[in-house]
Amino acid sequence: MKDKNKNIAEEMVKLTIDGMEISVKKGTSILHAAKQLGIYIPTLCHHEDLCVAGNCRVCVVDVEGWNTLTASCATPAIDGINVKTLTPKVRKARKDIIALLVSEHNTQCTTCYRSTNCELQTLSSEYNIDNERYISVLKKDVEIDKSSWAVEIDPSKCIRCQRCVRTCSQLQHVNALTVAGKGKEMRITTFMDLPLNDVVCTNCGQCIIHCPTGALTERRYFDDIWNAIGDPEKHVVINTAPSVRVALGEMLGFPVGTRVTGKMVTALKKIGFDAVLDTDFAADLTIMEEGFELLHRLKRKFVDFEDVALPMITSCSPGWVKYIEHMYPNHLMHLSSCKSPQQMFGALAKTYYADKKGIDPATIVSVAGMPCAAKKFEANRPEMNDSGFQDVDAGLTTREIGYMIKQSGMDFLSLEDSEYDSIMGESSGAAVIFGATGGVMEAALRTVYEVVTGREIPFKNLAITPARGLEGVKEASIIIENTTPEYKFLEGVEVKVAIAHGLKNARTIMEQIVAGKSPYIFVEIMACPGGCIGGGGQPIPTNDEIRRKRIEAIYAEDEGMKIRKSHEVEEIKQIYREFLKEPLGHKSHHLLHTKYRKRNRY
Amino acid sequence: MPNDSLKRVDFIFDKDYNCKEVLYDAFKLTRDEIIEEIIKSGLRGRGGAGFYTGVKWKYAREELADEKVVICNADEGEPGTFKDRAILEEVPSKVLAGMALCGKVIGAKKGYIYLRGEYNYLKPKLEQEINKFTDILHSELNFDFNIKIFSGAGAYVCGEETALLNSMEGLRGEPRNKPPYPTHSGLFGKPTVVNNVETLVYAVMVFKIGAEKFKNIGIQGSSGSKLFSVSGDTPKSGIYELEFGMKVSDFVNEFGDGDAKAVQVGGASGFCVPRKAFDKTTIGYQGKLKGNSLPTGGSMMIFNSSRSMYNVLHNYLEFFVEESCGQCVPCRIGTQQLLKGIEAIKKGKKSSEYLENLLALSETMRLTSKCGLGQSVGNSFSSIVENFKEEMIY
Repeated sequence: MKDKNKNIAEEMVKLTIDGMEISVKKGTSILHAAKQLGIYIPTLCHHEDLCVAGNCRVCVVDVEGWNTLTASCATPAIDGINVKTLTPKVRKARKDIIALLVSEHNTQCTTCYRSTNCELQTLSSEYNIDNERYISVLKKDVEIDKSSWAVEIDPSKCIRCQRCVRTCSQLQHVNALTVAGKGKEMRITTFMDLPLNDVVCTNCGQCIIHCPTGALTERRYFDDIWNAIGDPEKHVVINTAPSVRVALGEMLGFPVGTRVTGKMVTALKKIGFDAVLDTDFAADLTIMEEGFELLHRLKRKFVDFEDVALPMITSCSPGWVKYIEHMYPNHLMHLSSCKSPQQMFGALAKTYYADKKGIDPATIVSVAGMPCAAKKFEANRPEMNDSGFQDVDAGLTTREIGYMIKQSGMDFLSLEDSEYDSIMGESSGAAVIFGATGGVMEAALRTVYEVVTGREIPFKNLAITPARGLEGVKEASIIIENTTPEYKFLEGVEVKVAIAHGLKNARTIMEQIVAGKSPYIFVEIMACPGGCIGGGGQPIPTNDEIRRKRIEAIYAEDEGMKIRKSHEVEEIKQIYREFLKEPLGHKSHHLLHTKYRKRNRY
Repeated sequence: MPNDSLKRVDFIFDKDYNCKEVLYDAFKLTRDEIIEEIIKSGLRGRGGAGFYTGVKWKYAREELADEKVVICNADEGEPGTFKDRAILEEVPSKVLAGMALCGKVIGAKKGYIYLRGEYNYLKPKLEQEINKFTDILHSELNFDFNIKIFSGAGAYVCGEETALLNSMEGLRGEPRNKPPYPTHSGLFGKPTVVNNVETLVYAVMVFKIGAEKFKNIGIQGSSGSKLFSVSGDTPKSGIYELEFGMKVSDFVNEFGDGDAKAVQVGGASGFCVPRKAFDKTTIGYQGKLKGNSLPTGGSMMIFNSSRSMYNVLHNYLEFFVEESCGQCVPCRIGTQQLLKGIEAIKKGKKSSEYLENLLALSETMRLTSKCGLGQSVGNSFSSIVENFKEEMIY
């Protein structure tokens, strides 16, 4: 049976495209065959992350002898066919289709957030579309849905390609967005046309980064931040997440995968933030708290023989947290009680930081620069006010930060590098890799293994390779040997861990848990494919090729760091010494941990 | 006065028929022999697209699968077509026999009738017929085959076979990308034959009449006869079974009211034949694109000189604007543009030259739409506009 499959997989077909012959694996689409020849056929509904839809028809090509043109994304290469991608017939059809889309579109490009990064705008300009060719069939009086903290829907800019719908169902298994109506009433909407805030939406923002136009965007808060910066009474601090520094450059003229940490810090200082701090500090703190929480759970299990919820699952990803609250409300005890780094940072900014700096916390505006849309929702969770104020005042996406830098008129390319401010600006390489799927696990293992055994984790150059890469669910296993006396109860225990990214894969892990068959002790889950580097707030486009490059940059950043383990960071030691006292201590519990709530499925 | 050039036949509603006997004889043949007979008869799909029935069955027969499915497409939704309803009312056992025959050939144990939502009143009687028929099938013909009725919900596009499959699977009734074709991956991924009601009846009738005789009826490439739903400006509206190959002029002489200016062949998604082309146009499958020989699902609408072809077209376009599934761009927006366009020209808001834009657009729709619905809107539009340009403008 296996051999038979192998033969099928290797069966090749030969075809001609624009006069060039090529052999491709059977099942390859004409679109991909053409790409191998360096011929780029325009697309709109196609996205490499998603299943084929074949509904925009922009990618049509002419196959000799066929009655109609065919959508190259949805048509597999067939042996012997002769394909033409640029005949007058094809060009005319393509132009017509783009013009039709324009006639249905709200073409106020000048004020659109996605202007210059819109696939319809690009095609329409490239094909020199006459705006007047067809009568406008744009629906009047369509309301923009601003009910969500994170995602904004403007149906007047929707081209109904269903990329968001496929993303929400296929990648995320959430199905917040769906198709309703037929004919001219066909539209993308939510369950019962309810506002987005009232349906099961995780705010992950994957719909945004898969949207070809400005129909789906993040709620934007940068104007408020500009105002705060301009207010001399306010002390505005920003902390930036690890994934921002490896992706921001894409918006500002650098190739994908460029690390722009130093330039970003300089730019933010020039913009006028009173302090530019590092979310990585809070990430290191998360490792301390979460690591000890795991050890605490294990102790209760192995020493006290208590019924402890295992595996423990990470809680850094607010999209994932909202997902489990909706979908598995009876299994919330598996979530680590640790707040996400953003929320830990916020709680400390208005307590520890304010105290150290001698600033009235009431004047502090705490901003988080995040690769994420869900962080906006998280910042506004009503329980996130342990500092006595709203802990985080605003979450900005990488894109919003990019736009702030553009608005400031700086020449980003030529900026000097600067260091993060202190305090809460120092961090380790372990914190940087939080941005990639598997990074939190790797960072945790680096610390936990050392705490338990007194030795460094036995991976060359600290790179825990089984935790790395883009496979949907990754597994690793370590047998604990020669523990320190304190952790003798772990002697010989096999620690099985798993890592999942994309909520589809999260579901796999959760179904195992529900069935009582999960073999794991510790699991990392990130809502977005690839982890935070592929977050819903990252530059557009995002696809696997781009994710890989951002991930490479993340690991390069880690390797370049002097300190690679969270527990070795001086500022971390200092905060425990001077403020928190100990992981899981009273103060930590108050400021750094949280509770979750059961939410409805519908 | 009866017209000799219109050859009437009576296969479909002929009551001198016993499904048990016909199937009993057919089942004596091997599956491949049955397919061979159907291919030899030249039978093509009566839903309008005209795919060779025997070939379709052969494809499904060749698939290796644990389970296969036969579906009778009774989602008769084309404006001006009402023959499937009559078949299901008058001779349902023939339809069931056709499904059983197909099931036998391809190796299916399940059959479904996808019944148009508006035909739900037929359901009780059909269910009785199904029970009676499957009893005979199980006990006397020793064939384990069961038939269920699936009710459609009224969307025109669900008559398109892959939209029909989606609808049965509980998905939105939207056409799928082809390939894969249903014979390879149909209902829930199982090899599936979807045949029109009338096609299934003819498939069994081939075994009653004989493939050779069936082939000799009609014309080359369009064997046999067909049910026509005649409506419009005619004193004799109704359902007629006629041989393929008739000239539209002969048809009009027989059925028209003496003042016919156009015949819409194949319903809203068909072709409009103007008076000047009555003589040159025959009804059959071949030469589909040249327009001198037209296929049809059986709808023949006659319009006399009192009718405004602008209104006819406007009516059709309104229908398509609503009934497009909306997923593909050329169909969803194209239909709206054609409708708005002719309205604007009529009101003088667009010049008559704008018609050329619309004709070009209708060609793009024909070339690029995902399914037959969007593709055929272009045919219908251009055949009306090109022949009745003045009526569109003035």
